[in-house]
Amino acid sequence: MATFVKGVVFEDVDFENPDSWRLEEYVKRGGYAALQKIVNEKMTQDAVIAEMKTSALRGRGGAGFPTGLKWSFMPRSFPGQKYLVCNTDEGEPGTFKDLDIIKYNPHALIEGMIIGGFTMGATVGYNYIHGEVFEAYLRFEEALEEARKAGFLGNNILGGGFDFELHAHHGYGAYICGEETALLESLEGKKGQPRFKPPFPASFGLYGKPTTINNTETYASVPYIVRNGGQKFLELGKPNNGGTKLFSISGHVNRPGNYEVPLGMPFSELLELAGGMRNGKKLKAVIPGGSSAPVLPAEIMMNTTMDFDAISKAGSMLGSGAVIVMDEDTCMVKALERLSYFYFEESCGQCTPCREGTGWLYRVIHRIEHGQGRPEDLDLLLSVGGNIAGRTICALGDAAVMPVQGMLKHFRSEFEYHIENKRCIAPGY
Amino acid sequence: MLSPESLAQIDRELTKYPADRKRSALMSALRIAQIEKGWLSNETIEFIAHYLEQPPVAAYEMATFYNMFQLKPIGKHKITVCTNLPCALSGGADAGKYLQQKLGIGYGETTTDGKFTLMEGECMGACGYAPVMLHNNHSMCKHMTPEAIDKKLAELE
Amino acid sequence: MLEVEIDGNKLTVPGGSTVMDAANSVGVYIPHFCYHKKLSIAANCRMCLVQVEKAPKPLPACATPVTDGMKVWTHSDSAVKAQQGVMEFLLINHPLDCPICDQGGECQLQDLAVGYGQSGSRYEEEKRSVTNKNLGPLISTDMTRCIHCSRCVRFTEEIAGFQELGMPGRGEHTEVMTFIGKTVNSEISGNVIDLCPVGALTSKPFRFSARTWELSRRKSVGAHDGLGSNLIVQVKDHKVKRVLPLENEGINECWLSDRDRFSYEALGSNERLQKPLIKQGGAWQEVDWTVALEYVANGLKSVIEEHGADSVAALASPSSTLEELFLLKKLTGALGVKNTAANLRQQDAAFATAGVQWLGQSIVELADNDAILVVGSTLRKEQPLLAQRLRQSVKHGMKLSVVNPHNDDMLTNLHGSVTTRPDQLVEGALEVLVSVAEQKGVAVPAHIDASGITVSEQAKLIATTLVASEKVGVLLGSLATEGVRAAELHAVVAAIAELAGGKLGILNGGANSVGAQLIGFNTMADAFAQPKKAYVVLGAEVDFDTASAPKAVAAVEQAEMVVVLSPFQSCAYDYADVILPVSPFSETSGTFINLESRPQSFNGVVRPLGETRPAWKVFRVLGNLLGLQGFEFASSEEVRDEALSAGIEGKLNNAPAKAVNVKSVAVSGLTRLAEVPLYQIDALTRRAPGLQATVDAQAAATLRANAATIAQLGLVAGEKAKVVQGGEAELVVAQDDALLNDVVRIAAAHPLTRHLDAAAALQVVKA
Repeated sequence: MATFVKGVVFEDVDFENPDSWRLEEYVKRGGYAALQKIVNEKMTQDAVIAEMKTSALRGRGGAGFPTGLKWSFMPRSFPGQKYLVCNTDEGEPGTFKDLDIIKYNPHALIEGMIIGGFTMGATVGYNYIHGEVFEAYLRFEEALEEARKAGFLGNNILGGGFDFELHAHHGYGAYICGEETALLESLEGKKGQPRFKPPFPASFGLYGKPTTINNTETYASVPYIVRNGGQKFLELGKPNNGGTKLFSISGHVNRPGNYEVPLGMPFSELLELAGGMRNGKKLKAVIPGGSSAPVLPAEIMMNTTMDFDAISKAGSMLGSGAVIVMDEDTCMVKALERLSYFYFEESCGQCTPCREGTGWLYRVIHRIEHGQGRPEDLDLLLSVGGNIAGRTICALGDAAVMPVQGMLKHFRSEFEYHIENKRCIAPGY
Repeated sequence: MLSPESLAQIDRELTKYPADRKRSALMSALRIAQIEKGWLSNETIEFIAHYLEQPPVAAYEMATFYNMFQLKPIGKHKITVCTNLPCALSGGADAGKYLQQKLGIGYGETTTDGKFTLMEGECMGACGYAPVMLHNNHSMCKHMTPEAIDKKLAELE
Repeated sequence: MLEVEIDGNKLTVPGGSTVMDAANSVGVYIPHFCYHKKLSIAANCRMCLVQVEKAPKPLPACATPVTDGMKVWTHSDSAVKAQQGVMEFLLINHPLDCPICDQGGECQLQDLAVGYGQSGSRYEEEKRSVTNKNLGPLISTDMTRCIHCSRCVRFTEEIAGFQELGMPGRGEHTEVMTFIGKTVNSEISGNVIDLCPVGALTSKPFRFSARTWELSRRKSVGAHDGLGSNLIVQVKDHKVKRVLPLENEGINECWLSDRDRFSYEALGSNERLQKPLIKQGGAWQEVDWTVALEYVANGLKSVIEEHGADSVAALASPSSTLEELFLLKKLTGALGVKNTAANLRQQDAAFATAGVQWLGQSIVELADNDAILVVGSTLRKEQPLLAQRLRQSVKHGMKLSVVNPHNDDMLTNLHGSVTTRPDQLVEGALEVLVSVAEQKGVAVPAHIDASGITVSEQAKLIATTLVASEKVGVLLGSLATEGVRAAELHAVVAAIAELAGGKLGILNGGANSVGAQLIGFNTMADAFAQPKKAYVVLGAEVDFDTASAPKAVAAVEQAEMVVVLSPFQSCAYDYADVILPVSPFSETSGTFINLESRPQSFNGVVRPLGETRPAWKVFRVLGNLLGLQGFEFASSEEVRDEALSAGIEGKLNNAPAKAVNVKSVAVSGLTRLAEVPLYQIDALTRRAPGLQATVDAQAAATLRANAATIAQLGLVAGEKAKVVQGGEAELVVAQDDALLNDVVRIAAAHPLTRHLDAAAALQVVKA
């Protein structure tokens, strides 16, 4: 499934070999050498952070925050317990990369987290795994057992004088837990309701202790950076957008799947890698960074490269790298109705604008899709969206609004057609 | 209330968290209980709450917030089909319609023989494998074309 | 200190302040619903969004920390636009049922909607409706009105100590509720009514009985425990309609116990007396006051003439006012009567303090101790808000330990806990004393024989903490002071306090226990040991408010004359000769001196019912009728001033009056834990229907024991047991694993158990 082009996370993984994920195979292809390097060369925590900064690795979970900088925020000298948490609660529609990382290369993640633990002085880590991928949870547990047996986890790892224990935590069906503070709440055994920030997890995280949270792909990139140096990673991509990135391509393409390619690859090339448009249809629109990213029409996408800065300039977000491709037959009203239902369904209900507003948005869009729209509904949607965006505790409010804004910006006429004619301009999905 | 095997599994989950943070094991304990019982009755939820020394309403909050928990008895096989946009673009919604037609039930319903319950799911993080559906929460079925659905349902008979 | 500018006003605030704190400090009001100063910050309602310089989006004032040089605009266009947006969201699913909502007129949503809402709604979809929940007899629900602020949930978890309420569900389907089928059973549950900013949670007893704007608000003082909670009593047509807390940070903060909040229901009870009654030829006759008082005056005079002043006793409830007690004391004193008591539940005649018993420090100081040991107190039920206060202290590091005849959940993290049989509290406390002495390297005081005491790990832990802590409090509760070995316990606990360098406090249950002692109402230890010829009983009900009801009833039955002053009809019909309808606390001015020795005066909030008279006025007239000097008081304030003329502070002293010999004993066999139930504490609570319908009140009607004891006695939980102890009682059996073996928990002061004599031999069999 996953297609390796010139990658970091899936470096040398043999997707045909069912045992390729195992520790033995991982070590054969250079796994745990980064950890060994830290011990052998007595690398300091600062040195690791410096490499992370050089690499320009940006968080792969969606926000794209520079990882080295995030790591430097952690109060490493804080004397009490500190935690390291991995966010494998991958539920942003369109995103399915972390599932493949755990399936094909779990030890890269484990090694990355051990290095993270060493660097931040955290002795305990948790990997929070999306509820619907129980098989990935079981595989990760098995990989952890291998790592424990091999002495990569536990006390005095490789004789390097530091301890790190890592546990898998299985979610059970709540998109919101992909938000880092909701994830922490959930990990504490509560409803996944995001916390107001500040305080940030680096000072008040899991159980109120300093905590670093990164995405699966982010941690899985760490061994490569430590082994080869941040500069080499940076050079794989482009300035401020270091390294390769996993793109999850779904929708109307011939070969949906994960593609690990250098950041900055033109979208047109990526589309080609995914086998081009299915059934020879014309590209209509792309959601370039997971369902919350504003949709972009074909003409913009075909002239854009796939990296944080370029997509942002084009008016959307690279997000988690989930690329949802839609062809000419796709009805944008129907597409938006489904996405709006998702945010309505997944709103945790904690804060007013999101709890009340996502349902309002969905109901209006639902009416339009079902032929009961009114001309004033489109401005109402934008106005209600404006009252949600930026007013909520977490980003789900914004995430629910951006698809609406994107659709109405680029495809407003389709919505107007729908309201006037009480039917789609395009066949459907 | 729960089998020794289930309790042993819960105890193992407890080892993952600090001793004074038993609440962290609520989610996995509820999952383990649900696997054994098929669904979570109020009695089961209260048992788990007491086992982990938590207020019952806190356990109930968990059971009602996370949508893979079942608070009512369901069929032997729960089929959850993802109909979210990326899946829908690759036949997810059609797979759902096909399942409804084939089983003769709507979303949230159970066949009269008590064998199947059909649910509409949200993103399972496997959009590249669309259409996808989950069998009893834990087994992911990929590329669910009508033929694949026929085959899967036959296996579950 | 940080500099901040709020709406153009520069001010400095301490580090750690939020924007809300800063605004509050200068009286700038920022609209809010979920924020509450006593609860954790939730930041979920979003109503307090304000504009902050350099912030790209509006920030919630409640959760945003002030940074140095910050500039905040609470009412700028951007802030108001955000607030209006939130208000629109809050209203789209809120019913427009203000005309039939009890919260109308005092609803934060209603008030703010006037300022921030629009006249029409843009929401044309269907409104949400939410099923109501049964939270018990005190809290009424209209859950469709809920705006999900989560204050009530946070209250149960953070203040009441156990998360009874939660918010199951997700998104707009989230609903505030208890775990299925449960009610909210906290002894301070009613506070969620005050906390609810809308009409989702309202008072069940008050429901639909008045509109809030018809009510006048009058100050008063809580009459059911020693705290002296400050009250706002709401009144319409000379009837008390509702009781709310009046904030006093030093006493009740902004809270109220359910007992103080809901006892008012009894004020309108149809058991209220409205005219004086005299028994003539075995039948009760309504008479006017002059007749009744002359009858009393003549009766008392003739008993004294015939049998001497020592044949008369004046007994009072410790929740009588200072003025009432003072005049009763003055009256009886002038007649030569020395027997006066307000500590009617005290059994141990040897228990005596050198002065007036009190908390030993202020409530605020108590909460500030580093370590506290409570001996013999079901604190949550005896002094609900004190238990709450200590719960908060524990969160801030106080080490709270107990030596108790049960292991009830204090709903806080106990540091150490020694559980004993009820007749072994002395030995439990001795364990701590022995360990304290050992650690201080001193001997146990000579009058205390601790031979045979083995120090448990828990006792050692408690002792170690008491010795190591700087500010230490040791508290003696009602289970200790009202027990048969009160003097011994007092001696041991006083020794612990002294050796550990801590302050000894005594927790008495009455609203005016301190005042009663100050007046001299503790000159009889066991008021019924030697029956008298005449009794004057003020406020107390001898068949409930005494250590041994059968003994007390027998004593009053044999008396020649019994004068009862009470607001209520009662069993006094059987034994009294005169019953005088006197005012409950709501119908008289008066003063209570609380546990920390703070006198708090209050006025009557309604006029007396029917011909009811304030008791202080009754005694004033009686004094005049008897031709006594010094009863020319124009007001209760004059009475108070005379009563307090000698001051209070100098009279307080918890130390033993004299050294009491203590000897540890070994006991075995069945024993009874006899507590006064939370809602049987006095005549008022007994008659409050809401309180009587609570789970707490129902539990008091059972016989409780642990599983082993139930089995050993051949009992079955859920079925009845027959108790023989002097008299007999039949009670349903319930399992209570907070008890040791051979202990049965049978309430005292309860209609079902009042024929039992706690001092008699105990037998329990299957009924």
